[in-house]
Amino acid sequence: MNDLVPELDNFQQKIDDEQRIEPKDWMPEKYRLNLIRQMSQHAHSEVIGMQPEGNWISSAPSLYRKIVLLSKVQDEAGHGLYLYSATETLGITRAEMNARLQSGESKYASIFNYPSLTWADVGAIGWLVDGAAIVNQVSLQRTSYGPYARAMIRICKEESFHQRQGYDIMVKLAEGSPAQREMAQDAINRWWWPSLMMFGPHDSDSVNSQQSMKWKIKRQSNDELRQKFVDQTVQQCEILKLELPDPDLRWNEERQHYDFGEIDWDEFYQVIKGNGHCNRDRIKHHVKAHKEGAWVREAMTAYAGKKAQRKDAA
Amino acid sequence: MTEPDNLSTYVLRLADDAMVLGQRISEWTSNSPNLEEDIANSNVALDYLGRARMLYAYAATMLNTTEDDLAFMRDARQYTNLLMHELPKGDYAFSTVRQFFIDSFDVLYFEQLIHSGDAQLAAIAAKTFKECQYHVRRSRDLMVRLGDGTDESNSRMQTALDELWGYRHELFMDDELETELQQQGVAITRADLQPKWDAAIQDCLTEATLSIPEADWTVSGGRAGVHSEHLGHMLDDMQCLHRSHPGVTW
Ligand SMILES: [Fe+2]
Ligand SMILES: [Fe+2]
Repeated sequence: MNDLVPELDNFQQKIDDEQRIEPKDWMPEKYRLNLIRQMSQHAHSEVIGMQPEGNWISSAPSLYRKIVLLSKVQDEAGHGLYLYSATETLGITRAEMNARLQSGESKYASIFNYPSLTWADVGAIGWLVDGAAIVNQVSLQRTSYGPYARAMIRICKEESFHQRQGYDIMVKLAEGSPAQREMAQDAINRWWWPSLMMFGPHDSDSVNSQQSMKWKIKRQSNDELRQKFVDQTVQQCEILKLELPDPDLRWNEERQHYDFGEIDWDEFYQVIKGNGHCNRDRIKHHVKAHKEGAWVREAMTAYAGKKAQRKDAA
Repeated sequence: MTEPDNLSTYVLRLADDAMVLGQRISEWTSNSPNLEEDIANSNVALDYLGRARMLYAYAATMLNTTEDDLAFMRDARQYTNLLMHELPKGDYAFSTVRQFFIDSFDVLYFEQLIHSGDAQLAAIAAKTFKECQYHVRRSRDLMVRLGDGTDESNSRMQTALDELWGYRHELFMDDELETELQQQGVAITRADLQPKWDAAIQDCLTEATLSIPEADWTVSGGRAGVHSEHLGHMLDDMQCLHRSHPGVTW
């Protein structure tokens, strides 16, 4: 054990000096496993997150909205792909990660277990869910693992378009007919609290946080990031002249931040545990596509094999 | 809305083709065999939907209406797409063969349409032709990989060929309206493209270790609004939200 100490010191020193850890560098096993957990969960979230919005591609209310939504959902597939590739640098395959997702061993953002019920949900998801994701991802651009940090930089560029298209949907609904406004308010009512939950438990209750901060996998705490999100979102909601469903929300002059009410952590843990509307549907959808595509993937592999063989023979 | 003339009717036909197929391809988003294919399918769907939008927008200026009215407010009987475009996506073999048939046709068609006497159509064709070249490279490549992959993939591909074979004739049918427009130098003679199309298909099937189906049959009617039973359901899903809130902006 002792002979590991210089390496560990060296590793921590690099991190303290804000240097990036690269795939070939020595790293503690716990750091590697922690990253695999966090990065694969992040990749799964991109992919599972395609479903609630993908649900509305076929019935988007205008050609323009259909095209914008489709390209947004396509981006999420791309994010999943970069993140799986970045995670593979830690010595795990995409197939293994897929299997862990499908068995439930590996998680995805629990917010995608909520159903997207109306067109306004597409707006609310883009505005609030992508909005919350951006706050987190901007912070992760400075994460200590090189491939993860670089994936975040690429992804963040596209995320701001996602949030804008979501907010733009909300603007149009808010300026629209009474039924459209009502639809928008209803979506905000359902997505606001789950968006706040996306940042995870309070710092005092967060199990993985301290070590992750020391290794600079996480750069800012859950509560700091959540506050940042609330502060930016309240003002955006005021422009819409719609309401966030929190009677305790108010500006705190002293803190220079918005105060907000207590999150229903019981609901948070209930949904994670499997008591959300869509926990089963999301995995079922993923498994179905994967199974139905098995023969295609096998054929592609077989063809590549034949082609290589013919090349050798020639 | 103004009464449609030959040109606007023709533009609407091409728009409906793109709309209906774009809608079908987009059904693969989040349902594809892997992420790479998912992204590629979304890409192709986006090209088709973009094409539909350009054509509807052009028709809308002639008909004094909007692109969304044309896409969302017409019923299945008013849609004039060719039948092959509207068929349900089926398995990946079915979608691949359909795509290859249509890409192989479109690449020939839009290459010619670039020379249309109608400047707007010519411009749309130029953009579309570029996309078609990429589409047909991809779908031909998939034909070969899935045809010459495993026994299962080969047999699925052959089944898809059999199921689609009789729909190809409609691609090459010129009716009175299109013939008139051809004489005016606006539209393209479909029938003229068939020999090249046949050769491209034969060439690909040989490489893909697939064969031309033995049984031939012909179904048509899309241009007259006589569709499969599937189109109405597809449009119900596509148009429902738009129609439930008349006159609003999204
Ligand atoms: Fe994303
Ligand atoms: Fe996003």
